[in-house]
Amino acid sequence: MTKNILLVGVGGQGTILASKLLTLGLMQSGVDVKMSEIHGMSQRGGSVVSHIRYSDDKVYSSVVEKGSADILVAFEKMEALRYLDYLRKGAKVVVNDYEIPSMPIYSGLVEYPKGIIECLQRNADVVVIKANDEASTLGNAKAMNMVMLGTIIKLMNLEHIDWDSIIEQNVKPAYVQLNKQALARGMQLAE
Amino acid sequence: MANNNSTERNCNQCDCDVANRVLMTGNEAVARGVYEAGVHFAAAYPGTPSTEIMENVATYADVHAQWSPNEKVALEFAIGCAVAGARAFASMKHVGLNVAADPLMTVSYSGATAGLVVVTADEPGMHSSQNEQDNRNYARMAKIPMLEPSNSQECKDYVKYAYEIFDQFGAPVLIRMTTRVCHSKSIVQLGTREQVPLATYVKNVQKFVTVPANARKLRVALEDRMDALKNYSNTTQLNRIEDNGARVGVIASGMCYNYAKELFGDTVNYLKVGFSYPLPSKLIGQFCQYLDKVYVIEENDEFIEEAVRVIGYSNVCYGKYQPSGERYLPPYGEMTVDVLRKVIYNVQLAQDMDIDSSLIVARPPTLCAGCPHRGFFYTVGKRPNTVIAGDIGCYTLGFTPPYNATDFNNCMGASVSAGAGMQQVFDKIGKGKRVVSVIGDSTFFHSGMTSLLEVVYNKSNNIVVILDNRITGMTGHQENPGTGYTLQGQSTKIADIESIVRALGVDNVRTVNPNDLAQVNNALDWAYAIKDQPTVIITKYPCALKRLTQLDKNQFSGAFTTKCHVNTEKCVGCKLCLKSGCPAISVVNKKARIDALSCVGCTVCKQICRIDAIE
Repeated sequence: MTKNILLVGVGGQGTILASKLLTLGLMQSGVDVKMSEIHGMSQRGGSVVSHIRYSDDKVYSSVVEKGSADILVAFEKMEALRYLDYLRKGAKVVVNDYEIPSMPIYSGLVEYPKGIIECLQRNADVVVIKANDEASTLGNAKAMNMVMLGTIIKLMNLEHIDWDSIIEQNVKPAYVQLNKQALARGMQLAE
Repeated sequence: MANNNSTERNCNQCDCDVANRVLMTGNEAVARGVYEAGVHFAAAYPGTPSTEIMENVATYADVHAQWSPNEKVALEFAIGCAVAGARAFASMKHVGLNVAADPLMTVSYSGATAGLVVVTADEPGMHSSQNEQDNRNYARMAKIPMLEPSNSQECKDYVKYAYEIFDQFGAPVLIRMTTRVCHSKSIVQLGTREQVPLATYVKNVQKFVTVPANARKLRVALEDRMDALKNYSNTTQLNRIEDNGARVGVIASGMCYNYAKELFGDTVNYLKVGFSYPLPSKLIGQFCQYLDKVYVIEENDEFIEEAVRVIGYSNVCYGKYQPSGERYLPPYGEMTVDVLRKVIYNVQLAQDMDIDSSLIVARPPTLCAGCPHRGFFYTVGKRPNTVIAGDIGCYTLGFTPPYNATDFNNCMGASVSAGAGMQQVFDKIGKGKRVVSVIGDSTFFHSGMTSLLEVVYNKSNNIVVILDNRITGMTGHQENPGTGYTLQGQSTKIADIESIVRALGVDNVRTVNPNDLAQVNNALDWAYAIKDQPTVIITKYPCALKRLTQLDKNQFSGAFTTKCHVNTEKCVGCKLCLKSGCPAISVVNKKARIDALSCVGCTVCKQICRIDAIE
């Protein structure tokens, strides 16, 4: 049975590293895995989405079909809503309770919308995480992406994979300890 | 090697060598294929979604990899290498092949001494491009064989097959990828590098000098080659039938094969087309003959579908159009599973949601905090009676709010030459409208120099502004002839834009700091006052995301070392600073706030503020 994960966020939030580690871990566990991400313009601040699909059988498409994601993981609140139609009925949304304004908001045309989490809750089973605060408590808000990765690992029952060694092999030595702690914290929060 | 994330566990799938299994994007896998195929020389011009191919080729020390000024030059360099006796490779995005089309058409005739392979990365869905052209048509036009890989393993393998095909038929090979193939990661089994000695160059004017007398003979030989390639297409393992005993079949190429497998599983028969020009007509006929229905699934044009209809299976064929003229599958965009399921089964998996759409605010790409283009667009956007001809790069965003500056763009270099045409028309109308042509440094080297020669030679007087941010920005920071470094990190001669502009015959040239609004304004006043001659303004300041070289640090001392902040006692909340369009600035509780993490101290907002509230 193929599992579908969608990671969404804003350029610069570390979604790409999180999906890279997740994909590597899945590959090392012996399943077939594919990942697709759209990255074009190098500017900061655009909407970013990574599709991850894995299975004990062969995975063909690298793109998650709308209405079929087993989990939608949003590193930014508004992005959760933007990609909500990818979610399978009854599946979970994990949302980082964190706001990053976009250009119409910066330029004063509109305000950052209120009531996003409530709207998500009307449509899906929602796990709200304050990943930036959690990572700050551990020493660096940037490790927020590892907190989010930890929640995915827990909710998708992937704890059997040796994530610590994946982090050791793919993260700069100075950040290994912090990232391991953030990952563990994310797993705790998802319980 | 770039991506050595190999596994040491057992493979559940097959008996493959698990120690050499890695996850790669299609682009990384093409680069690996180039390495394993024993290629000696490779050249490209950056362009999404192809850029990372050459960035990854450059990580293999055994291959000479380079950025060329444009795709035509890259392909011509590769042709020269292949004629002289080295396996050579060139890669580019789909519109890049338009630029390189000229040499492609003729190298098909002449061939080369050693293998020549070209990758085109097409963009169904136009994620980062200005059009959706189907470059499979180039293979047909050039009469060269074409391969379409569908995953990363095939990306690597097909590059190696392509060199074998060259060796067998003497034909350069085109590999057509698409965004999803380029940017999807899947598992690849690594091999070792084939040691290919340099071939001996032998002078052969009948082959390499394509004057009409020689070209006519080569043209005849080309058709013989096509006949041989058609036979090959029908027998190669790259085109294969999967018979599931069904009465319905799917013919698909590239990523579409994967989408079809997801939708239909084993309920249909498949003809997977990996060698898609010339198409395997006999195999298609053999596949279709006992089927009641054949879906042809491909992205962009009805390239395979046309062949299926011509071969005589139009009555069972379902593709982008029906013989009645009605459309079936969409003729544009990606053929993702959602799209196929909707058309074929009239089913959508996506649930109806209770979402207030006002809660989703658009998140368009924006110029970064500290972008040196900001000061220029803020200034030029306010000029009355002005038409701005833009070009291809981050600065294409000059059309967006709050600048609302750019009027027009087309392809690389067109800002300058189309701008020349526009200016001549406005001059004829006689109401003093001025055209400002805006082009980046890398784009100027790519195609702007000949366009500027047009301006000078044919006496146009559009104002040309070269936004020199010291790097190729939008594709993610590639070196170019102006930066002083090659792709593989050697220091090299710096092409000085001001000297080039003067050498092309422009007498009125000014270089300014775009973060100094008064300087930009003065330069524009100066240029607008010169009505009968071309003028060039060069704005010179590094991209805010660039990793500065020692040279940059010397030239732009103090760049990005300071930060601006708002004096909240002075700020009256007038929001004028928001007109800069800087993503570091927001208004909170009726006071401007500058995000200290993203601000790099360009001071454009400080210059805009009328009450000195920004320090």
